[in-house]
Amino acid sequence: MIVFSAVEKRYDDHVVLSELDFTVSAGEHVCLIGPSGSGKTTILRLLMTLEAADGGTIHVGGECLTHMLRGGRLVPADEKHVREVRKRIGMVFQQFNLFPNMTVRGNLVEAPTRVLGLSGDEANARAVELLELVGLSEKIDAHPTRLSGGQQQRVAIARALAMRPDVLLLDEVTSALDPELVAGVLTLLRDIGERTDITILCVTHEMGFAQDFAHRVLMFDGGRVIEDAPPSKLFAQPDHQRTRDFLRAVIDRA
Amino acid sequence: MPVPSSVLAAAAPVWDWGYALEVLPDLLRALVVTIEITLLGSALAMALGLVIAVLRRARIPVLDQVVWAFVEVVRSTPLLVQIFFLFIVAPRFGLTLSAFLVGVLALGVHYACYTSEVYRAGIDAVPRGQWEAATALSLPHSRTWTAVILPQALPRVLPALGNYVISMFKEVPLLLAIGVVEVVNAAREAGSQTFRFVEPYTIAGLLFLALSYPASMLVRRLERRVGTV
Ligand SMILES: Nc1ncnc2c1ncn2[C@@H]1O[C@H](COP(=O)(O)OP(=O)(O)OP(=O)(O)O)[C@@H](O)[C@H]1O
Ligand SMILES: [Mg+2]
Repeated sequence: MIVFSAVEKRYDDHVVLSELDFTVSAGEHVCLIGPSGSGKTTILRLLMTLEAADGGTIHVGGECLTHMLRGGRLVPADEKHVREVRKRIGMVFQQFNLFPNMTVRGNLVEAPTRVLGLSGDEANARAVELLELVGLSEKIDAHPTRLSGGQQQRVAIARALAMRPDVLLLDEVTSALDPELVAGVLTLLRDIGERTDITILCVTHEMGFAQDFAHRVLMFDGGRVIEDAPPSKLFAQPDHQRTRDFLRAVIDRA
Repeated sequence: MPVPSSVLAAAAPVWDWGYALEVLPDLLRALVVTIEITLLGSALAMALGLVIAVLRRARIPVLDQVVWAFVEVVRSTPLLVQIFFLFIVAPRFGLTLSAFLVGVLALGVHYACYTSEVYRAGIDAVPRGQWEAATALSLPHSRTWTAVILPQALPRVLPALGNYVISMFKEVPLLLAIGVVEVVNAAREAGSQTFRFVEPYTIAGLLFLALSYPASMLVRRLERRVGTV
């Protein structure tokens, strides 16, 4: 479903990702872990097309994000091409990023009506259904600013799901939340993981969550995947010293 | 040789109520013209300023530099020069406008270069995450502007825009240079017929005060309501 090959990303002359290769199969849940600044967010932002890669190719669902065919040649993707592929991908941000000028309902129906062309009734039905899933039916006409962080994040998850994406990107979606709200959101994510066949790529510092949610965990360091294993293996018997050190540091902090 | 003030006072009262009432209708008519120019000029300044701000944010090559240069030129030259320029130079290019219209255009374009900065600050104050969320939802660019960015940016810039409307109102008298009969021009005309200037100019000043002061109070209240950028 997702294929990174030889992807490179630089900010000026600071190389964040170099020669990055990894794949994620359809329906797979993959957690990305690694020290701060290792490039985890950058990977999600490249997939969401919030950033452009400086080298290599990225495919999502068989379509190339970074390049397109023109006159029989591969050329860098233009805005129009990117926009097409982007529709298959959804993202939930650390800071929720709900639209504060709209109600919860407005946040949920905006893109389905404007981008997917759903009728108002269809989009509304979808919003109602998703709010039920995330347990916020009674907040449908509330303004996001009136919600707790945990509630806002649930709405943000519902908003991303309303686009019926093939791929869902989660960037530390619980790290801006008060500790007592974290568990609820993680339970919701597990629930979504079980009920849908969406491919999920998830950056997290919640190792407990990664352990039971992920099919596979990728350990990042220095812009590369240094270890790639099922959670049972990676958390119990990591191959690399760096992974061991990182896990110990995370556990000490918790 | 200075005339003793007691002599002047004896010759004519400092303030003549009868005369004041006599010139008032002309001044009020001129006030209507002043308000018309302010409202039309402000509408132009707000619309054009927004267009400039959005264009500049889009960073379209060449166009961006052209717009930037235009804004800098307008902001670095006196409004009066711009008024004369439009009034005298435009007809050479076959564009003959009434003094009233020149006033509206000159003030509108001049202030647009300032309001564009206000809009820019308002737009910049919308967090980057809002743009990113809109992109992640594949919202078209136009929709991102109209449904997400501007609804968040505009309320915050209203007080600053309001202040520019008040400034513009007070700068309309510059248009007397091209013969627009606004308040100060009307006062001058009345005075030059009777050689009594105290009443017309005082009334002119009071008329500006009577509108500007409540207007700025209103803006201040708005500021408290929406906060500033
Ligand atoms: N817009 C940017 N401009 C310059 N450098 C950037 C930018 N965004 C990220 N970086 C740099 O790229 C590197 C990787 O950043 P990234 O956000 O992907 O790390 P991360 O693994 O998500 O870290 P964290 O766990 O702290 O979120 C960092 O060194 C960061 O400073
Ligand atoms: Mg990050």
